[in-house]
Amino acid sequence: MNKYTISGSPHVHSTENTRKIMYRVLLALLPALLVAIYYFGWYALRLTIVTVAACMLTEWLIQKFLIKGPLTINDGSAALTGVLLAFNVPANLPIWMAIVGSVVAIGIGKMAFGGLGKNPFNPALVGRVFMLVSFPTAMTTWPQAAPIFDKGFFADAVTGPTPLGILKEAGVGSLAEAGNLQFLDMVLGNRGGAFGEVCAIALLLGAIYLICRKVIDIWTPLSILLTVFIFTGICYLINPTQYIAPWYHLVYGGLILGAFFMATDMVTSPMTVRGKLLFGFGIGAITVIIRLWGAYPEGVSFAILIMNALTPLINKAFKPKVFGVVKPSKN
Amino acid sequence: MNPIKTFKKGGVHPEENKLSADKPIQDFPMPKQIIVPLGQCLGAPAECIVNKGDRVLTGQLIGTAKGFVSANVHSPATGTVAKVDVVMDHTGYYKPAVFIDREEQDEWAEGILVTDELLTDIKLDSKQIIDKVKECGIVGMGGATFPTHVKLMIPEGKKAEYIIINAAECEPYLTCDYRLLLEKTQEFLMGVKILMKAVNTDKGIIGIEQNKMKAIELLDKTINEHKDLYAGIEVQPLKTKYPQGGEKQIIKAITGREVPSGKLPIETGCVVVNVASTYAVYEAVQKNKPLIERIVTVTGKSVKNPGNFRVRFGTPADLLIEAAGGLPEDITDVINGGPMMGKSVSVTNFPCIKGTSGILLMTLKEAQDRRQTNCIRCGRCAKACPMGLQPFLLHKVAKQNDFDETEKNHIMDCIECGSCEFTCPANIPLLDYIRYGKAKTGAIIKARNQK
Amino acid sequence: MSNTLLISLAVLGILGGILAVVLYFVAQRFKVEENPLIDEAEACLPGANCGGCGFAGCRALAEACVKQAAEKGNIDGLACPGTDMGKVAAVLGLTAGTFEPKIAVVRCNGSCQNSPAKVHYEGADICAFATTLYAGEGGCSKGCLGLGDCVKKCNFDALHIDKETGLPVVDPDKCVGCGVCARTCPRGIIEIRPRGKKDRRVYVCCSNTDKGALVIKNCAVGCIGCQKCLKECPFDAIEMRGNLAYIDPAKCKACGKCAKVCPRGTIHAVNFPAPKPEPKALEGAEPAVKIEHQAQPVEVKTEVKPENTVTA
Repeated sequence: MNKYTISGSPHVHSTENTRKIMYRVLLALLPALLVAIYYFGWYALRLTIVTVAACMLTEWLIQKFLIKGPLTINDGSAALTGVLLAFNVPANLPIWMAIVGSVVAIGIGKMAFGGLGKNPFNPALVGRVFMLVSFPTAMTTWPQAAPIFDKGFFADAVTGPTPLGILKEAGVGSLAEAGNLQFLDMVLGNRGGAFGEVCAIALLLGAIYLICRKVIDIWTPLSILLTVFIFTGICYLINPTQYIAPWYHLVYGGLILGAFFMATDMVTSPMTVRGKLLFGFGIGAITVIIRLWGAYPEGVSFAILIMNALTPLINKAFKPKVFGVVKPSKN
Repeated sequence: MNPIKTFKKGGVHPEENKLSADKPIQDFPMPKQIIVPLGQCLGAPAECIVNKGDRVLTGQLIGTAKGFVSANVHSPATGTVAKVDVVMDHTGYYKPAVFIDREEQDEWAEGILVTDELLTDIKLDSKQIIDKVKECGIVGMGGATFPTHVKLMIPEGKKAEYIIINAAECEPYLTCDYRLLLEKTQEFLMGVKILMKAVNTDKGIIGIEQNKMKAIELLDKTINEHKDLYAGIEVQPLKTKYPQGGEKQIIKAITGREVPSGKLPIETGCVVVNVASTYAVYEAVQKNKPLIERIVTVTGKSVKNPGNFRVRFGTPADLLIEAAGGLPEDITDVINGGPMMGKSVSVTNFPCIKGTSGILLMTLKEAQDRRQTNCIRCGRCAKACPMGLQPFLLHKVAKQNDFDETEKNHIMDCIECGSCEFTCPANIPLLDYIRYGKAKTGAIIKARNQK
Repeated sequence: MSNTLLISLAVLGILGGILAVVLYFVAQRFKVEENPLIDEAEACLPGANCGGCGFAGCRALAEACVKQAAEKGNIDGLACPGTDMGKVAAVLGLTAGTFEPKIAVVRCNGSCQNSPAKVHYEGADICAFATTLYAGEGGCSKGCLGLGDCVKKCNFDALHIDKETGLPVVDPDKCVGCGVCARTCPRGIIEIRPRGKKDRRVYVCCSNTDKGALVIKNCAVGCIGCQKCLKECPFDAIEMRGNLAYIDPAKCKACGKCAKVCPRGTIHAVNFPAPKPEPKALEGAEPAVKIEHQAQPVEVKTEVKPENTVTA
């Protein structure tokens, strides 16, 4: 006779699990990775492999020797952090810096808070900002896009400023001079920048997949993009010579990567629709402020980190409506 | 046919697995000794009024309700009381029960009409109906076992606008209500009519899920063929979604009204009754027959002959499992009820009672608890919760024993449907912690109200 | 360069000095006058803030003692279960009553060996929840569930679940008898009893009030209510609660006779000396000294079924 199992109901479970979610996001990032390899060649691939390996190794070491707890490197979250971290940095970043960034991202950004689900800040962004502040030159020397079929897979990258860099330093006029105003180029990724953020189309493909699969909600990205569009649109309408058109802002920099893949990180973003809309609004607003009037050319990373800090407050303020609870009406 | 309705907030879609949907009801023979527990409903167990050695008739009262929320218990067979002792129920706890050594033939107690004819003349008035329901010990047979007569007693100042029959049967695997609808359609509709008369309303709505098309069509056809007899009764198809059979959800879907937090359904003018209870009301009011039997579904993916059995209370469940083809080798979980809200069973020879809607045999592969990982704050549980609660927050706060926070976040509104735990990608036993939190918070609230 | 260094040192040093003096005067000005006795009384207490005394913490108890000593001249009714209140009384210049040290006693010996598991539990590891779900892995509805609510609540680290037996074990050196574990246990298995003279105590290690036949089904060492102990006790210290024997600690003189006659080995006599070796040892004679939570060498009536282990 078997020994029966006693457990509380329910006794069946949906087939969803954390690992599937993580791997779906990795799949959604695959088109962007392929485009990155196309434009930046071996360097992009190498960097991605290094960061993924470094992240997983850091997590394994900490869990095995420091915490002495269960090992969770198979759930895909460390690998995902690695990929997102790689997508945020220049393809020609020295390997050792990437490793340092990975260790900080996982060690401080995630494990120091207690592991998956307990971190208040997006770990990939923690790593990126740490590297930006520690290695400013290396982190702002951007290679230009060089299709591998033209220049070769292992070609050394030619460095140059990103469109946002030009905008910050020299203004709208210089963009046109630098030949960087071709919208199609911006969308397809034929420009300088972090190799994961350049190709808007590839990222959007992945994002659509995630939204259809119900891995992420559309509210946060929609709110971010709308906010950026409206704010920069207003500025453009007021002064077209000083400010560039809003649709360029949407494709420049890491906005699309940030909006769809970093801001939607479940652990660090609000739970309710209204909360997500406010969260997106905050990110959009701070990004625009930093881009237009701040010292840095790109503000998405900082904006997301700042709003991550506000997420617990947002969650407290916006709770779902409970069935059958009627707010007392004021007479 | 009415257009399909549903409830908007939350809900999940477990696999339906209605394996026994096409199996007609079989009468199940009782063993030589039946063990009838005295506590077959919510509230206090009945008080035993028979002694060792007494001869009891089928349908005779053997236990009287104790207190307001309690129900009478009647003997399901004719025989001699062997002893009044304790029996192990499905959880392993001992509960008081009457052991009856059976005689082969049923000798019915006085006043009970033994006939299969459909009786369409309702002779009792509203109050008499409610008294009869109380006398015959009818309870909610969907599993909650709340005494039906208490539900039918409308408090002062409130009015019942609708009788809603809960024919959703949203639990996967269970088909007892469905078969009853197909095989005893007219008796069931008479039961609805009786309930409508009991609460003085002329509107009766049968809420039934889409996956029971045959029953929907049969009910529609029967009502149309006897329009004068079943005036006021209509069939409302509902989208197949769990937990459509939750009282509050079915009221919301059919009428659009939300039962206020902490209050009863009568606040919305609705009284919700289960299908099997409705049928039992018909038998009680028209034939004076007390509640002594019910349909039990025995099912499971590895069960050889899943089926629906008409079982008299006190029949041990392991005999039913034998009749369904025996206990398969690979069973690790035996559930009393459905997979979403049913209770785990420690021993299979527990006696079937008023709330035993099904016996589900599950294999390791299906029921295994997967490894628990950290909460990733994905919010799927909150999306799935039909009551708009936040299970990720409630379980954490309950674990920390912070019962002020649990109360503030409406833990007492949880209907324990299990949708949250079902969807959680991290396999956290959310409902276990929430139940613990509910018990503690409820005790604190009760103590506070008593002061 | 050294100039800058000297100037920096000087400026910061002087600034620090000025601020220190300011802080000193501020501390003096805003000092809260407290009875120094409270500090002394608090020093006698364990400082664990367990709540066993009924106050919010050790300092609160110290304050209450000082207050009551000043008003009434005694500290009757105020006691820390883990401290000799005589020390506190001495600090306050009073004499306290006799101190009876107490200890937590786990009244269940339904270990994995004595009460083998018939079902396998998978769910939240909270005893208060598990008890609503089922009777117990061994089948006894009043026995220990082994999930450790008591261990989690103990402020003195005096409890841990023994991996072999699955039961909580009280560390007699750390336990002060504050009572938190007894209040936490949802089945009321833990009792706070006096340690007894020479640290000897006798108690019935079972909490099941069911009839003997039902107890035997699930546990090899549960109390069957045969009342042999009751008849044997020369001090009339044993009473029956349902079908369970209970030894009243107020009347028990720790003679150990009941433990010798118990046919199931349910009564535990703790810290008794070993008996002198008998010239003619009867077969199956049970030693009088029992170490807590060891299985009695009695034939286990329930069969251990082959396990169907669930792999995660």
